[in-house]
Amino acid sequence: MTDDELIWRIAGGSGDGIASTSQNFAKALMRSGLHVFTHRHYPSRIRGGHTYTEIRASADPVESRGDGYNFLLTLGDSFARNPSEGAYYGDEEQKPLYENLDELREGGVIVVDEGLVDTSVVEDFDERVEENNWHVYEFDLRSLAREYGREVMRNTAGVGVTCALAGIDREWIVELMTDAMPEKILEPNLEILDEAYEMAMDVEHTHDVSVPEGEHDEEQVLLSGSDAIAYGALDEGCRFIAGYPMTPWTEVFTIMSQNLPEVGGISEQVEDEIAAAALALGASHAGVKAMSGSSGGGFALMSEPLGLAEMTETPVVLVEAMRAGPSTGLPTKPEQGDLEHVLYTSQGDSNRVVFAPSTVSEAYTQTRTAFSLAYEYQIPAIVIYDQKLGGELVNVPASHFDEEPNPDLGSVLTEAELAEAPHDASGKYNRFQHNVEKGISPRSIPGQKDGHFLATGNEHMPAGHISEDPENRVFQMDRRMSRVENIRADLDAAEGSNQTPHGPEEAEYGILTWGSNQGTVFEAIDRLNDDGYSVKALSVSDMMPYPVDEVEAFIESVDEVLVVEMNASAQFRGLTQKELGRYGEQLSSLLKYNGNPFEPAEIVDGFVTTIVENDTLPGTETKFVPAAGD
Amino acid sequence: MSAFSAIGEETEHDQNEFTPGLEPQPTWCPGCGDFGVLKALKGAAAELGLSPDEMLLCTGIGCSGKLNSYFESYGFHTIHGRSLPIARAAKLANPGLTVVAAGGDGDGYGIGGNHFMHSARENHDMTYIVFNNEIFGLTKGQTSPTSPMGHKSKTQPHGSAKQPIRPLSLSLTSGASYIARTAAVNPNQAKEIIVEAIEHDGFSHVDFLTQCPTWNKDARQYVPYIDIQDSDDYDFDTNDRREAADMMAETEDALHEGTVLTGRYYVDGDRPSYGQEKRAIGEMPEEPLAERYFDDDYEWERSYDLFLEKHR
Ligand SMILES: Cc1ncc(C[n+]2csc(CCOP(=O)(O)OP(=O)(O)O)c2C)c(N)n1
Ligand code: SF4
Repeated sequence: MTDDELIWRIAGGSGDGIASTSQNFAKALMRSGLHVFTHRHYPSRIRGGHTYTEIRASADPVESRGDGYNFLLTLGDSFARNPSEGAYYGDEEQKPLYENLDELREGGVIVVDEGLVDTSVVEDFDERVEENNWHVYEFDLRSLAREYGREVMRNTAGVGVTCALAGIDREWIVELMTDAMPEKILEPNLEILDEAYEMAMDVEHTHDVSVPEGEHDEEQVLLSGSDAIAYGALDEGCRFIAGYPMTPWTEVFTIMSQNLPEVGGISEQVEDEIAAAALALGASHAGVKAMSGSSGGGFALMSEPLGLAEMTETPVVLVEAMRAGPSTGLPTKPEQGDLEHVLYTSQGDSNRVVFAPSTVSEAYTQTRTAFSLAYEYQIPAIVIYDQKLGGELVNVPASHFDEEPNPDLGSVLTEAELAEAPHDASGKYNRFQHNVEKGISPRSIPGQKDGHFLATGNEHMPAGHISEDPENRVFQMDRRMSRVENIRADLDAAEGSNQTPHGPEEAEYGILTWGSNQGTVFEAIDRLNDDGYSVKALSVSDMMPYPVDEVEAFIESVDEVLVVEMNASAQFRGLTQKELGRYGEQLSSLLKYNGNPFEPAEIVDGFVTTIVENDTLPGTETKFVPAAGD
Repeated sequence: MSAFSAIGEETEHDQNEFTPGLEPQPTWCPGCGDFGVLKALKGAAAELGLSPDEMLLCTGIGCSGKLNSYFESYGFHTIHGRSLPIARAAKLANPGLTVVAAGGDGDGYGIGGNHFMHSARENHDMTYIVFNNEIFGLTKGQTSPTSPMGHKSKTQPHGSAKQPIRPLSLSLTSGASYIARTAAVNPNQAKEIIVEAIEHDGFSHVDFLTQCPTWNKDARQYVPYIDIQDSDDYDFDTNDRREAADMMAETEDALHEGTVLTGRYYVDGDRPSYGQEKRAIGEMPEEPLAERYFDDDYEWERSYDLFLEKHR
């Protein structure tokens, strides 16, 4: 069988340079004119332990990792050789080979670094090779790397071999290595690349897998969701971040910390997440666009500062990078289990904006919208995404980011305006006025003349004085709450929607999804329609305020809806039913929460089995939860 | 022209300007030591010629946290224990502001203890006043981190088995560069110390002894007090870390035994503040960051220009 795409999986041990090699390789493929999508799989361990990165390259746009793959480069886990680890990790060294075989497509290629990996350890290896018509090439990449450089350069040797076997022009790799590597290590790497290439050209090629040819009509950049969030924040004028490391949020924090000093901004790594969120509030209060963020457990600590931001109407953007929970959960694995956590955490009635971007490009635009709404409406905004979107690298047209910055602080008065503004008898500016347009009572910034007021987490009068007056309470509460409705109206009036439809307009069935599943679901929708089913999808990004009308119209337009999400309790389906107030009998769920993201085939199979055939799902990878009336 | 013209304004300010014209009048109990902090802070602000518009007072939660309801300035009444991180960031965002944080001993040494340690360590240029009444006031009289051993309360009916926190020593080890203790019963010293603390360029910690007549009837009411700088019995160099440490230890022991020592303990005028350190290594702009948002001529960098080379 010939695939019209190359899905290259490089497998080895954590710390073996799998991530950097694959990043370069993906970029080389992108530069050659292809569309790429990468998927990372890594253990919660720094050195050693099986890890892989997959790069899907195709002439057509790719938005998901696809099903399985067709080219395996297995380097072996070089760090598993510590004998004292043997007891725990057994034959970990061989894992990058045998752990990956299940998903290798028929006719696929296996390149084995025989310097580290021993195929005879794998049970029934030869039988499986024959059965699946795999093509195995064994090279001693380790010795080659040692001969011309250092052992860690095995990955370059692997790339050289891949170029030879998959028909990739080496020049793309050479160009990238030249850009990225210092002279001293560049030389041996180039030598290794060439030697490995020649070595693989010298053997007979029996396989039928090769890289497709493609061309872009405009310049592309290779970015992850984390990159896109950070760049979106920078372009909206965010110049302050405070954080505490936690996977996978650390990526955004790191990118911001590296860029902020360059643009005169401030990054603070602080003592804990409570402090981090509090610092962001302090900076914002003092007139700087600020953000913070974390992942599950760290975000839990931010619950009280988040409520303070709501009550004091201090704008702030928080990022929540989901990983599988509860508690520390699966630290490096994706899940969408924190939706309810970000929607409802903190005491009292919650007012906030929550966006869940679905793609790398949306991660950029929706982060920008989150900032502009937060500062205009003086409300906390949360960008929630998962480890999958945060870590996946995809190509996006560069022009998507060629945007003007927006450093506008939002609803802030100037000193001249403050001089005219209402003050209370104590001399304080009435910063929390009752009857104001859209519920927004403009703020003053410390240091501005005639602007001083009190921000407090207690209920307060217009100038900020603490008060339990019932009438004032209701006024303030209604005003604060009304902002969310006004934001909904603004979003509805805006050009374009954050929700993305896919598939035929008229369809019998619908799939509703959110966040990083989008690309996978869309690919599944295409296949289902090709197979003669009539299905369309809607991928929702606005979690609060919820796009009630759009989702209702979608549900109304089909007979039955399958809600696809990565958690065990169907949180997004629950949110949808809560917001729409009905449809319990029309929504069933396809769930996955084993630490791995959906593959398109799982959605295709899940849909056909449960919705069309009313049957039960075999296996435990995914789970079906029927609609309320079923 | 600066967007923050209140900062550095050369005008005379009168104590009364820091007093809200109308309500609210303080709701503290009669005889509460918190009145002393309010008075000292108003006096200090007036003496320093500050305007209410150039000061940011961040408080925690507790009777003490209500301080900024009764003080005219920009205020942020935060959450329990978190006044420091909020204050710190405001100072980084706009170094021109005079930033003061305040809260109770439960707020500052208990729930916010971690922030106290780190704010002192980083030596932010700000003043931190802790209302030390050795009790939780607002929640009605529970044992606090500074309550003496054996202190009985409704939540510790057998008497506390814990050593109290030693705030001065803790502050010194953590890295504060100005450390003093004063008392509500010593109003002149209190004002002078707050003036010095605000003027000091670095993290100034003022442990402010405030009696709580309502819940801490057993507490020594901090009288008579001894001003160590005024007394011939105590002679040490406030610039010398070791001498200061010894004097702090002596003060903390003495308080447990009923002798109230107050005054300046440690002053390090040479250590650069955190903001200066950060600017020196290029992690913070020279000009106040907050000003930039009001500067129509400032050219904001686009991320596209920053990342294009890296990602193409
Ligand atoms: C997170 C949190 N925990 C507990 C409380 C309840 N609480 C309010 S004030 C306070 C203690 C106040 O004691 P202290 O800080 O010594 O201040 P004082 O009232 O004595 O001035 C507590 C426990 C709270 N508001 N928030
Ligand atoms: S309870 Fe104590 S601390 Fe609170 S106001 Fe009354 S006297 Fe002051």
